[in-house]
Amino acid sequence: MLPMKNMTRRIGLAWTPALTTAVIVAAAAAAGLLPFVKMGLVVNGFILGSIIALGAIGITLIYGILNFANVAHGDYMTMGAYVALFMVEEALPRVGIEGQGLGPFTFGYPVLLALPVAVAVVAIGAIALDAVIYRRLRDRRVNAVVLAMMSLGVAIALRGLVQIIWSGGTQHYPRESRQVYHLPMDVRIAPDSIFIAVVTVILVAAVYLLLTRTRMGKAMRATADNPDLALVSGIDTQSVIRWTWAIGAGLAATAGVLLAVSQAQLLPIMGWKFLIPLFAAVTLGGIGNPYGALVGAFIIGVSAEVSTQWLNPSYKPAVAFAIMIVMLLVRPRGIFGGAEYR
Amino acid sequence: MDVIGVISYSAGFAIMAGIYGVFALGLNVHWGSTGLFNIGIAGFFALGAYTAALMTTQTPDPALFEDFKFGGNWSELGFLDLGIDLWFFLGLGAASIVCGVIALAIGYVTLRLRDDYLAIATLGIAETVRLFFLNEKWVANGSKGLYRIPKFLGDWISPENYDYLYLVVVLVVLAALYAAVERAAKSPWGRVLRAIREDETAAEASGKNVFNFKLQAFIMGAIIMGIGGALFAHNVRFLSPLTFDPLLATFIIWAMLMVGGSGNNKGAILGAFLVWGIWSGTQFLPGVFSDPNFRFFMIGVLIVAVILIRPGGILGEERKVARSADGARI
Amino acid sequence: MALLEASEVVAGYGETEILHGVSVAVNEGEVVTIIGPNGCGKSTLMKAVVGLVRVRTGRVTFKGVDISAQSPERIVRSGLCYVPQSANVFPSLSIRENLEMGAFVRSGSHPDRIEEMFELFPDLALRPGRKAGSLSGGQRQMLAIARALMLDPALLLLDEPSAGLSPAIMGMVFDRIQSINSAGVALLLVEQNAREALRMSHRGYILVSGRNRLEDRGPALLDNPEVGRLYLGA
Ligand SMILES: Nc1ncnc2c1ncn2[C@@H]1O[C@H](COP(=O)(O)OP(=O)(O)OP(=O)(O)O)[C@@H](O)[C@H]1O
Ligand SMILES: [Mg+2]
Repeated sequence: MLPMKNMTRRIGLAWTPALTTAVIVAAAAAAGLLPFVKMGLVVNGFILGSIIALGAIGITLIYGILNFANVAHGDYMTMGAYVALFMVEEALPRVGIEGQGLGPFTFGYPVLLALPVAVAVVAIGAIALDAVIYRRLRDRRVNAVVLAMMSLGVAIALRGLVQIIWSGGTQHYPRESRQVYHLPMDVRIAPDSIFIAVVTVILVAAVYLLLTRTRMGKAMRATADNPDLALVSGIDTQSVIRWTWAIGAGLAATAGVLLAVSQAQLLPIMGWKFLIPLFAAVTLGGIGNPYGALVGAFIIGVSAEVSTQWLNPSYKPAVAFAIMIVMLLVRPRGIFGGAEYR
Repeated sequence: MDVIGVISYSAGFAIMAGIYGVFALGLNVHWGSTGLFNIGIAGFFALGAYTAALMTTQTPDPALFEDFKFGGNWSELGFLDLGIDLWFFLGLGAASIVCGVIALAIGYVTLRLRDDYLAIATLGIAETVRLFFLNEKWVANGSKGLYRIPKFLGDWISPENYDYLYLVVVLVVLAALYAAVERAAKSPWGRVLRAIREDETAAEASGKNVFNFKLQAFIMGAIIMGIGGALFAHNVRFLSPLTFDPLLATFIIWAMLMVGGSGNNKGAILGAFLVWGIWSGTQFLPGVFSDPNFRFFMIGVLIVAVILIRPGGILGEERKVARSADGARI
Repeated sequence: MALLEASEVVAGYGETEILHGVSVAVNEGEVVTIIGPNGCGKSTLMKAVVGLVRVRTGRVTFKGVDISAQSPERIVRSGLCYVPQSANVFPSLSIRENLEMGAFVRSGSHPDRIEEMFELFPDLALRPGRKAGSLSGGQRQMLAIARALMLDPALLLLDEPSAGLSPAIMGMVFDRIQSINSAGVALLLVEQNAREALRMSHRGYILVSGRNRLEDRGPALLDNPEVGRLYLGA
């Protein structure tokens, strides 16, 4: 075996996040230093990439373990954003908790309290949906694409539910306008964006520790590797599946809240529209590979933002889509190689 | 409403149901016959409609429009003096060609991969097409919309009776497509598609070029959807990117096929009339049933319920959803 | 009473029936080998025993309990572990993590048991953090066996443990299998290297097209002229 090959292998799993982070920062710095790229857009791209990452990691875990593309993932995000809205507008004010403009942020601390509630509600909802819907299809041993089809029905029903409860119009969390920070290289960054980045870093680290240090996390990776072997090793695959939904949906709910904060609005269609960048990131990183999804998310986020230098900003999803198509053409397994792509 | 009103309303209803029938037939070629998961029907819908409309609509008057330059009215180009009504057919043909070519491109990229990639790619195409017509105002007037799309044979018949004529046109096209699709499904080609849907590995093992067959089916379904879009354009005669929202241009068509019976062409058409009937009928109901959000919700519930309770829909063929009923069971 | 008793097992995939009523038994502490032509259903029988393929009719009992409708997890819990013919390690998990997964039904990380496995298979101890996907064929096979031994099962099912290994490694694997058995673990083995396997087996079965063909003590099967002609290349 070539020594070089051994080197990369020794880096292995433990170093992957550190390595990828280094690569990302280096690539971004390089991109930002190019004379024709605005550093501010690169920074914005990282913020957008953070939100994409939280959604994409969930999709890729579900893909890896349950073996289907969860088309309802965007609507889990929407659900999370709206559950948090319910908390900050209805539930918390009843017990006297109200407010906006916490410190440098536009939102108030009710959003911080609402976030874990949204995560819990969406995670439990996802587990319940699995128990009443997806599990039955698995027991019938349907093709994976029937599961994806089912998730389309779930997506539509969820969005309908959001519209019934909260109406179809635009809403937002109570907010107060705030100054943005001015940094060198003409970079302007909102305090809210820093909040988004920090939440993402914490959650990504938590997912990393969970997957590498806990028994359940290892069982999730084992099940993604080889479900039959997991089963005959005695791994309780039903709990693995429940944990997968809980983590995936919880991250999606967080992504939804952060998206609502960063766009300063909530719309029932916000999650569905986010599916394209999510799946582009998943494809880029290789299906089933959470670190890949993370890197893919930043690539998609930065490219989409930087593209606005030349393109109408509303073309961002099309840019994500174009990158995904190019990736499928040149390297369908993704940058880091995913589980199984056919 | 008097009797005349009811009849004329019914004609308008039947036209839309028939057009949806065309889409359901196209989707049945994708999903029902071959197992291709297309969640971006709206993309082909919009491409077909805009293509047909742009080929027949008057060139925009520069005095009236700032950005909108392109316009159609190819009928006045002079090199082919066919009159607007023959251009209707050319528009239909062009719509199907454009959709077929786009299907060829995304099918070529994704159909070698897992089924779900096609779904994501169709979603991407739908959004890209929508964004294109929204932002490129010079093509079709952006969000303000393209209007004054001509009626087919509009000079021949009085406006009050036009719907009856167009209903006949739609039904004739629907019947022709039904016959074609039915014939294809019964042919050896259709049998291979079903074999692929049931067990791709086995089909591959028996020497079939699965990729080619899937690509052909994907293109064929897209062509049918393009025709549906063209028929739609000349019916509503106003198009804007908002026309093609996922609910009425993708989701409801899925509900139609699932309810009617995926895998069955009669079922697809039945589902289109039934679901469109329920959709249009419930708007007259009191209370929550006429609430569009509630109806949106019910479309999703309908899809979930059909897959869980009666995967074959009303007229679905006996279909083995299980790949290997005794295999491992995660 | 036999430790494992499969009687008249019928099983298959989808519409095809592969096993048309197969019976095998393994007694406490025994080594039993199943041989038979390719595709005759040896692996399917093993999968049916561990609950990966449904037993359509017939019965499988383990320690006197009917396990033919139990989940693989419960079967593993009761002390029956299995090493599949292929794809028998988790490639993206490290050696240590693979072993931990073998003991998933008992919580904890079992450092002592892992050390015992490292003593049995010293190759694995060299770099326990290495990903299983990067191991050689022989190391992979050892890891797979070690994973299945983590729970100290009463019965171990091994599906072609020597397939694709070099003669030297193969000898070493057979050697380990024997020492596992002398530690008291009963073994049910499927093998292409029939001569080698039957030599160390107490009993053997010959399976043809999903049916029992012959059954005898291991050495007796080796001496059987028909067996010699058909399966031992004599
Ligand atoms: N998952 C499956 N789905 C459908 N058929 C299968 C499956 N696995 C095996 N078969 C078929 O079942 C038959 C028996 O297979 P099995 O793996 O049990 O044979 P075997 O005796 O172990 O053969 P080998 O010596 O090649 O390992 C074969 O014809 C095979 O093609
Ligand atoms: Mg075998």
